[in-house]
Amino acid sequence: MDALLLARLQFAATTIYHFFFVPLTLGLSVLVAIMETVYVRTGQEVYKRMTKFWGKLFLINFAMGVVTGIVLEFQFGMNWSEYSRFVGDIFGAPLAIEALLAFFLESTFLGVWIFGWDKLSKGMHAAAIWLVAIGANVSALWILIANSFMQQPVGFTFNEVTGRAEMTDFFALIFNPNIWVQFPHTVLAGLTTAAFFIMGISAYHFLKKRNEDFFRRSFQIAAILGTIAIFLVILGGHSQAQHLAEIQPMKVAAGEALWYSEDPASFSLLTIGDLEQRNDVFSIRVPGLLSLMTYNQLQGEVKGIYDLQAEYEAQYGPGDYIPPVALTYWSFRAMVGAGFALLALAAYALFGVMGDMPKFSQRGLKLFVWAIGLPYLANTAGWLMTEVGRMPWAVYGLLKVEDAVSPTVSSGTLLFSLIGFVLIYGLLMGADIFLLTKYAKAGPDDGKDEIAPEMEPSLLGEQG
Amino acid sequence: MDLNTLWFILIAVLYIGFFVLEGFDFGVGMLLPFLGRDDTQRRVIINTIGPHWDGNEVWLITAGGATFAAFPHWYATMFSGFYQALFLLLVGLILRGVAFEFRSKIEDPRWRKLWDWAIFTGSLLSALLLGVAFANLMRGLPIDASMTYTGGFWYLLNPYGLVGGLATVAVFLLHGAIFLSLKASDEVAGRAQAVSGRLWAVALVLFAALTVYTYLETDILLVLGVNPGVVPIAALAALLLAGYFVRRVSDGWAFAMTTLVIVFTLVTVFTFMYPRVMISTTNPDWSLTIYNASSSEYTLRVMSIVALIFVPIMLGYQIWSYRVFRKRLTAEPEKLEY
Repeated sequence: MDALLLARLQFAATTIYHFFFVPLTLGLSVLVAIMETVYVRTGQEVYKRMTKFWGKLFLINFAMGVVTGIVLEFQFGMNWSEYSRFVGDIFGAPLAIEALLAFFLESTFLGVWIFGWDKLSKGMHAAAIWLVAIGANVSALWILIANSFMQQPVGFTFNEVTGRAEMTDFFALIFNPNIWVQFPHTVLAGLTTAAFFIMGISAYHFLKKRNEDFFRRSFQIAAILGTIAIFLVILGGHSQAQHLAEIQPMKVAAGEALWYSEDPASFSLLTIGDLEQRNDVFSIRVPGLLSLMTYNQLQGEVKGIYDLQAEYEAQYGPGDYIPPVALTYWSFRAMVGAGFALLALAAYALFGVMGDMPKFSQRGLKLFVWAIGLPYLANTAGWLMTEVGRMPWAVYGLLKVEDAVSPTVSSGTLLFSLIGFVLIYGLLMGADIFLLTKYAKAGPDDGKDEIAPEMEPSLLGEQG
Repeated sequence: MDLNTLWFILIAVLYIGFFVLEGFDFGVGMLLPFLGRDDTQRRVIINTIGPHWDGNEVWLITAGGATFAAFPHWYATMFSGFYQALFLLLVGLILRGVAFEFRSKIEDPRWRKLWDWAIFTGSLLSALLLGVAFANLMRGLPIDASMTYTGGFWYLLNPYGLVGGLATVAVFLLHGAIFLSLKASDEVAGRAQAVSGRLWAVALVLFAALTVYTYLETDILLVLGVNPGVVPIAALAALLLAGYFVRRVSDGWAFAMTTLVIVFTLVTVFTFMYPRVMISTTNPDWSLTIYNASSSEYTLRVMSIVALIFVPIMLGYQIWSYRVFRKRLTAEPEKLEY
């Protein structure tokens, strides 16, 4: 197999694995911190139990996020040495800063939080988990600054002599317009993931009619924050797509399977394409909707794939500038579809927790349990879309992926490490899910509920 | 002092911090199956490093990130060149890291044994490979005119590299044992103390062997001269003193000594290498240096300002976290988080 393809597969696999665990860490750290803060403020034991229960699940997941992350930092040098040489000036800095600022903060204070229950004041202990939450989300900021440079190179110049890109403006780099649309979207997706994680597990316990007070409180926090989060995720995603139409029109075109420019541009509800011929076999499109989404009005040209290809050949020289259309198109649909499903569910959740006698049907509760997986689908699909849609560029307009790979790592070696990572990660993910399921199902340690069950309105309605 | 030199020093500091701190983590991990005779004792051992291991590991991640930012060519050549070794190192770190969290989550002794094995293997593999890597950096590597390492994986396992790896394992074992003498519950600490003497002897032999071998395999004589200076001699002196303090059962001083062994040895390594970052055995002109491998001056300047602000802050709260957990552990399972 081709070394470049293997390197790309490995990077995709390791990144997808990493981003499987990270969003839950990003969001759950915040939610657990909120629970502990409520405990410190009100002194109510139930919030301490919530902190410990959801915190335990958080920790199981966090470990996987950390170890899969180290691989990524090393992988730039290991598999993409030419990339590292070319953009190290600019890309290396946010990575180093991520480690110095965020990783040290989250790792040190997580150790303090896990082991410091009896050694610190209540306030200090709660502060520790807040610092973990801040550390985790700040690390997301810095890695996204790095990724934003790949999507929209700013603050640099190309040094003809050394053949490398060099940083000229650090502030331009960190205030890259792309980061404003990418960071909130990602962080809020983390919050969404955590919220539906909590709601799903809570729903499971409502079905079993166990610890209902405990899980009602958990569900409430998650429902409120989750609804706000998913709503903002979608809004943020919309802004991001509008931004992409300006800076990476090919990604938008591929995401829409828009072969030819249209004005006004139609939005594809469903397109089945022929990859060989690169055209549509069958397509249902809504006229004008894509222009509306892109320009906030029912007209405006959205460039098509073939027109952009011609443009890029003129600009960059001969080559194939079309990303894998099917993958970009379907990952985009998957992400957006999952996102809107989550929005609907969030509304249902919110409706359920408001009022004196909140009720969900048994089917509704089961839906929440299954919905735990929806954010995972969206998270993965989102990254696939944004990275695959940028192909053939590693750094958009500057460095192609084929020129970025390590020349000295053979396909034999790559096959070995690819299989190695996939196997090890697979086993560990199995262990991780096993532990999460076990502890989620077990519920909070003492199994006690403060209020006697018969006095507590059940979230499971009569029809359940 | 120019920025290139400043960053050479900063990266050295990061690697030194990593070796000192994860040194005892790896040592403790390697001693786990031997000094922990029952489940509670094993949990105690893991819990001595429980609050610290992750924050300690970040020193390596930061060192890697700083290498990328300040010397992208060094990062590219070394990380792609040492590919298979780094893959194995990553496997070691992954297994160990997950094991800490997962191990005590299930009562089943087979589950716990599996993860104990993962901690042991991960710690051993990591310590060994890091020693091999640094020894090879000292010795030099076949690097061509385009800054490409032409050696392959098995080249790294030359005798000098292996001695470097074994010496590192030995010093970490000693460092970890003394750490357990200080932090573990009484029975485990006693056992750690008892074994420290023998571990010291092994470490001394390997350290001496490595020192002699270094004179044969590297151009240290040329670079540092007949009198290598205070620092390398102090490294050896610290190791001898460590043995003395172990004998005297002065664990605090012994730990200070093994810390200094690691610090002074690495200072020697980096002093010897300066201003080279990767020595080419093919042609000295093709060595990577802090000048030909570095980022632009602008990047170095930006990074320096960031480091100036945030390194002291980080040191502050890391030191504070060690203070929070300064007490010796007791063998009470209900009080153990891991």
